[in-house]
Amino acid sequence: MKKMSYAEAIREGMSIRMRENPNVLLFGEDVGAFGGCFGVSAGMFNEFGEKRVRDTPISEGAIIGTAVGSAATGLRPIAELMFCDFLTVGMDQLVNQAAKMRYMFGGKISMPMVVRLPNGAGVSAAAQHSQSLEAWVTHVPGLKVVYPSTPQDALGLMLASIDDDNPVMFIEHKAMYTMKGDVESFEPIPLGKGDIKHAGDDVTVIATGKMVHEALAAAKQLEADGISVEILDPRSLYPFDKELLAQSLKKTHKAVIVTEETRRGGFGGEISAIIAEEMFDFLDAPVVRIGALDSPIPFAPVLEQVCIPNAKDILGAIRSLI
Amino acid sequence: MKVPKEVMKDMYLRMLRIREFESKAQTLFADGRIPGFVHLYLGEEAVATGVCACLSDEDYITSTHRGHGHIVAKGGDLKFMMAELYGKATGYCKGKGGSMHIADRDKGILGANGIVGAGHNIAVGAGLSAQYRETDQVCICFFGDASTNQGTFHESINLASVWKLPIVFVCENNNYGISMSQSRHQAIKDVADRGAAYGIPGIAVDGNDVLAVYEAASEAVARARKGQGPTLVECKTYRWRGHFEGDPGNYKPKEEQAAWLKKDPIPRFEAFLKENGILSEKELTACVDQVKNEIKEAIQFAEESPDPDVASVVQDIYSDIVEEARVR
Repeated sequence: MKKMSYAEAIREGMSIRMRENPNVLLFGEDVGAFGGCFGVSAGMFNEFGEKRVRDTPISEGAIIGTAVGSAATGLRPIAELMFCDFLTVGMDQLVNQAAKMRYMFGGKISMPMVVRLPNGAGVSAAAQHSQSLEAWVTHVPGLKVVYPSTPQDALGLMLASIDDDNPVMFIEHKAMYTMKGDVESFEPIPLGKGDIKHAGDDVTVIATGKMVHEALAAAKQLEADGISVEILDPRSLYPFDKELLAQSLKKTHKAVIVTEETRRGGFGGEISAIIAEEMFDFLDAPVVRIGALDSPIPFAPVLEQVCIPNAKDILGAIRSLI
Repeated sequence: MKVPKEVMKDMYLRMLRIREFESKAQTLFADGRIPGFVHLYLGEEAVATGVCACLSDEDYITSTHRGHGHIVAKGGDLKFMMAELYGKATGYCKGKGGSMHIADRDKGILGANGIVGAGHNIAVGAGLSAQYRETDQVCICFFGDASTNQGTFHESINLASVWKLPIVFVCENNNYGISMSQSRHQAIKDVADRGAAYGIPGIAVDGNDVLAVYEAASEAVARARKGQGPTLVECKTYRWRGHFEGDPGNYKPKEEQAAWLKKDPIPRFEAFLKENGILSEKELTACVDQVKNEIKEAIQFAEESPDPDVASVVQDIYSDIVEEARVR
């Protein structure tokens, strides 16, 4: 067992595969000697050299497009976008090219590429550097989407994402990079397998990314009151582990969904729809959905804190159900 | 430049194939046999031919919505192409792509593309891949004059020039971006001038002279293979038809169209071949007959092929997931 930060775990996942497979390479803005804007690739330039850890100009379309073209011709690229928000600039290459090429070409091409997307708020980076845009990518057939919440999951999902023959959007929460955790396994975690982060009987909280930790804090407080909370982290948003969700709801009969995205049109709504359509009979109460306010993410810490959900909001939602 | 006889004959055949394929596609579309949209390459045959004659199957190309010519010139299978235009199960893409998305990995064809300018960045990826794997492959990026106004043009050539990637950016300046003439969509006459902005050579050639294109492309490909980086080659040509079939073309001056029709690249090359004793009248006729027959067979193949199985609609989205089907 090893203690590792979330950033170190992502780095370790990339490095393990780069040591094994010469066709795996990393590129993006300032990922080289600088080590990446958040230091995630620190040291990789020294280990793997400039050919395999490549700085690109500030050209997000070219970064994603380079991943597309190199994946289609035999490499397994990892492309880093400095912030998930910069997806806007490279969206055509992702949505119209990466996601659709296999299908449009009749299944005759593979697209083994990973796009790393630093997501989320909490560092006063304001409206253009703090968004949670997972719904944009889960909406597109042809893309897979993962969102680890712990160092262990970050490492295992990175290995599986690099191994995958399809474009995988690897969402990282930027406020979790320094968070430490135990890493016991250095094996891939299959995409599409959720994880129970805290077992409980009274209510299921489905949470993603940093919200898993807010939910854990809420669960701890409620334990004192004798309320037992189950926390389900899907880890993969697509493919999505419906089976695990159904198992949990059969036991608890209540669902609270917590994601950091703005609620309107968010992926939390998709989870809610899955429950309503396929698991309605298990429910004893309406689904409760918690997300950021339907607002751009503000700058001032007091405003940002009120905009994004926290343990208190989750606590309140659970109490309203029980 | 000395061009061997067999290369010239091969180029002649490729131009004829494009011409015949496109002429038949035009009629079949008008007759309702081909659904959707077709964007024809008629009049521009010398560009794809002159460039692709410098390449092997291992080399890559990225193409455009007007891609039939590139794919034919790069050695794409006419039967699979025509079947794809028909939307048949035997088509290159099993009927899932159609005219704008034909690809053939074994021939290095990384896809026609429905998004103007999208091929630029994909070409950078293929060029990086060739350089990274230390092969002598090159990637040709075909695009039109109007796509040089997209941000992708700038991003991709900038990156390709910094990394010295083995790419040739081939601009087919056919004077139109849909209905907008070049003089209305950009304030320059020679797209080749833009090469200077990236510190790479920019060369403009007569795109209706297949030998001029071949020569310019050969030099650019040689530079790329030697690790000297990308070149921008502008081929000046003209789009005979509308942007797509059904476009009335009412924005094109009649005199302009007439003047360009006179510059047809095929009779021009035929005259050269005859005058220089490279191919006899008999050999030229044999080439025409051969190509007519190839296209006839391609159409027959497409006509006789089955429609795709509707169950296939949810296949090939991922390598390992088949999506939920519709039950009716």
